[in-house]
Amino acid sequence: MTNAWTDIKNTDLVVIMGGNAAEAHPCGFKWVTEAKATRGAKLIVVDPRYNRSAAVADFYAPIRQGSDIAFLMGLINYCISHDKVQWDYVKPFTNATFVVREGYAYQDGLFTGYDESKRDYVRDTWEYEIGPDGYAVVDETLQNPRCVWNLLKEHVAIYMPDMVERICGTPKDAFLKVAEMVGECSTPTKTMTSMYALGWTQHSKGAQNIRGMAMLQLILGNIGVRGGGMNALRGHSNIQGLTDLGLMSNLIPGYLNIPTQKEPDFTTYMSTRAFKPLRPNQTSYWQNYRKFFVSFMKSMYGSAATKENDWAYSYLPKLDVASYDVLRVFEMMKQGKVNLYFCQGFNPLQAFPDKGKLAAGLAKLKMLVIMDPLQTETARFWEDHGTFNKVNPADIQTEVIQLPTTCFAEDEGSLVNSGRWLQWHWPGGSPPGEAKTDIWIMAQIHLRLKELYKKEGGTFPDPIVNLNWSYKDPGEPTPEELAREMNGSVLVDVFDPADPTKKVLEAGKQLSGFGQMRDDGTTAGGCWIFSGCWTEAGNMMARRDNSDPGDAGMFLKWSFAWPANRRILYNRASCDLDGKPWDPSRKLIEWDGTKWTGYDVPDIPPTAKPRDVGPFIMNPEGTSRLWVRKMMRDGPFPVHYEPFESPVANVIAPKVRGNPVARVFPDDWKTFADIGDPAYPYAGTSYRLTEHFHYWTKNNHVNSVLQPEQFVEISEELAKEKGIALGGWVRVWSKRGELYAKAVVTKRIKPMTIDGKTVHIVGVPIHWGFVGAARKGFTANTLTPFVGDANIETPEFKAFMVNIEPSTGPVVA
Amino acid sequence: MNMELSRRTFLKTSGAGIAGTTLGAFGFSEAEAAVAAAVKPFHLVNTTEARNTCTYCSVACGIIIYSKGDLRKGEKADIVHIEGDADHPTNRGTLCPKGSALRDIVKSQTRLTQPMLRKAGSDKFEAVSWDVALDKIARAMKDDRDANFVATNADGVTVNRWLTTGFLAASATTNETAFATYKVVRSTGILAFDNQARV
Repeated sequence: MTNAWTDIKNTDLVVIMGGNAAEAHPCGFKWVTEAKATRGAKLIVVDPRYNRSAAVADFYAPIRQGSDIAFLMGLINYCISHDKVQWDYVKPFTNATFVVREGYAYQDGLFTGYDESKRDYVRDTWEYEIGPDGYAVVDETLQNPRCVWNLLKEHVAIYMPDMVERICGTPKDAFLKVAEMVGECSTPTKTMTSMYALGWTQHSKGAQNIRGMAMLQLILGNIGVRGGGMNALRGHSNIQGLTDLGLMSNLIPGYLNIPTQKEPDFTTYMSTRAFKPLRPNQTSYWQNYRKFFVSFMKSMYGSAATKENDWAYSYLPKLDVASYDVLRVFEMMKQGKVNLYFCQGFNPLQAFPDKGKLAAGLAKLKMLVIMDPLQTETARFWEDHGTFNKVNPADIQTEVIQLPTTCFAEDEGSLVNSGRWLQWHWPGGSPPGEAKTDIWIMAQIHLRLKELYKKEGGTFPDPIVNLNWSYKDPGEPTPEELAREMNGSVLVDVFDPADPTKKVLEAGKQLSGFGQMRDDGTTAGGCWIFSGCWTEAGNMMARRDNSDPGDAGMFLKWSFAWPANRRILYNRASCDLDGKPWDPSRKLIEWDGTKWTGYDVPDIPPTAKPRDVGPFIMNPEGTSRLWVRKMMRDGPFPVHYEPFESPVANVIAPKVRGNPVARVFPDDWKTFADIGDPAYPYAGTSYRLTEHFHYWTKNNHVNSVLQPEQFVEISEELAKEKGIALGGWVRVWSKRGELYAKAVVTKRIKPMTIDGKTVHIVGVPIHWGFVGAARKGFTANTLTPFVGDANIETPEFKAFMVNIEPSTGPVVA
Repeated sequence: MNMELSRRTFLKTSGAGIAGTTLGAFGFSEAEAAVAAAVKPFHLVNTTEARNTCTYCSVACGIIIYSKGDLRKGEKADIVHIEGDADHPTNRGTLCPKGSALRDIVKSQTRLTQPMLRKAGSDKFEAVSWDVALDKIARAMKDDRDANFVATNADGVTVNRWLTTGFLAASATTNETAFATYKVVRSTGILAFDNQARV
């Protein structure tokens, strides 16, 4: 989230699209209710299903899953053509005025530089024109046909209301009603907030779905303001924290990058990370990259990371591909290229697509290690559960080690919520049986591995034996020690270069924030964006003062928010060019003549004069980006692409199948249904129920009583057509697998008309499996395709094609 | 018949409420004693409280865990109740259908309680000690890493990566767990590293 849950009360219009907050985030959704009750805010829900968020909405518009970009570009087109633009925001605070280099173009669904054989673009032309002064060329008058604004206008022109209806199935009048309500938020005193979740991410163009809304929010002037923003609701309790800490193939904590093999040394690595400002006076905060990187390496490797060895740069693995994401790894597993796999609190047999392929991969491992508080399907993938998991254990040679871990109620530490608050918690109970904390387990693995390398030698033991592990009890570091390490500390006294008698930083002290980090090895810090979480003043994450000055919803003394305890990102943009709040009744910060002050920690150097420095301090432009240069693989603007399995060809680009740069492994093409394939005529989508959390709560007796049994949801029309009775058994199958479930026949799902064709939707809740307290069911990912988003490889769980028929139920062995 | 009430039972029975005060003031008749006996003892008496966060979604509702026994005194603590934290700015004491049943996930019948091993081709898990499990894991890692570590690529560039072992990290663990996990995993050269944010 750019904002916070408690800030949603400040909005005038909530758009829930790509999520279902009332059911999946009920206690956060209460802030929507609060805004409706106290401000008269309106709620719009756009979703394939009339869900419980829709049930309390002021307006609901249906949309076919996988067509969100057409809808969003339609909204942008509407705002531009009806002059629903907050010009005083757009001109100075976005890159609308920036001029794009000659050579860049877009036609028939593709941008310049497409190479079909590589399913990739050469993106060199997707950049600004650079002037003789070394800065990007801008045209304040917006007359230049190659400025971002005019390119955007041209790009979205095709997404007229009729076209939106043809692609999305949203009736034109419903779309126009949404557009009108959204357009009203282009004034400086009306704000809209976007709440989204997996309904936007789980597509082969998920990242561009989100960009589409972010662009709209910028055009309306709704980023950086109270009641505005792009608000990812987020799933697991620390999914934000795990990402912040870089537990992904290609990341270093704080959104730094693991090097690629094209960056064999530190100098080369840093050569593309200068982040030189693209406009005069801009902050371009990533210019501090080296400080964050060196401090991280000191935290990892202590005295083994020196200036002479480039801070142990050779210890870091170098990537040969963009990332070893889970889809790539399970493809490798299926090919027999993975031997050992760890699942810490993770149930991939349910969480990734195409269960058949996943199970085949797991069966080729030599060893699978499970660390979990609960039984999972993954841990028992080798066990025969009849029709629900038909296997012969004797055929599976994988050794499985299952380790019992503590759960939230038995451990101590911090979690990052959707609004970037790091909240500390304390244990309430003793672990069951021999269960241990994950920290203890990881420490034990490390110490034993280190011991083996010390005793036996072996391949490149250096990064293992030199890992900084200077905890009081190396066998079980405490949460406090680890939190202090992430915050960072001073390693060596630092003196003022101008006055060598003056000590600036004292060895052994905690850093007060990332502003103190240095690139000379005198500071360490595991995760720069968390710096400030545990300072000399103590554990800032454990703060529990819930006062809220000005009733602004910021709660600055409650826990700690990254970065720098800031609650709304880009909050400088809540003021006009001169530093006056757009809406005085919703002041966040303001320029008082000498400095920035207010209810939030300013997202700008405190004394930076209003007209000098732009609000988007992380970007070298100083502005936000309507056009994203070459930073995304599938284009600088979002384009409507159909899902890989789709009932119709792409109306705006019939020759383009799916997202043209999404990665598909050769064997997987065969597992996709053809476009409009009559064998798989219905548009499937997966979703969640309010009584269940993913695949966990089927282990919980109470939740299993509330929703005991697997079902699929279809319209009355489809039920009639297929002779399916409410509560009767059905078989649902895709080209990859099948499941049996009870049919819930509702008015919540309606058939849609897509490009003149009737398309029925089949809804598949995901919560059942073959272990737990609920009745056994089929894993929903039996149906879903093995393809991910072009930029970040999030699987396309939300849009796939199936068939359905009445059935007598599964044959129980 | 009069009923003997210790102060402790009195508090347990009445929750120190008005009904109890009335009972105490008037003494007990048999009917009243029957009522008193039928009143469920207030279940949060003599519990310790711990501030925690709901383990499900990222709304991150504040919760209070009530236990018999005090971890801070080195005692065993048995969780008897979990409820919303009224002081928390986001949820203000409320919980959803998932959060309301948190105690039952902590107490789930399918909680794991001891290390288990499933041997190649076997149809069952067998209990093993932590030492056996951890030594097997460390041995398997060392052997696989030594055999398959890629120190240099085809062009002779130092790449120091290990691709035959992968690690999925848990998005419901703490930042502190995650950082310890990051250090251990990354130090080995593993690149097949991911968490639930991917999906």
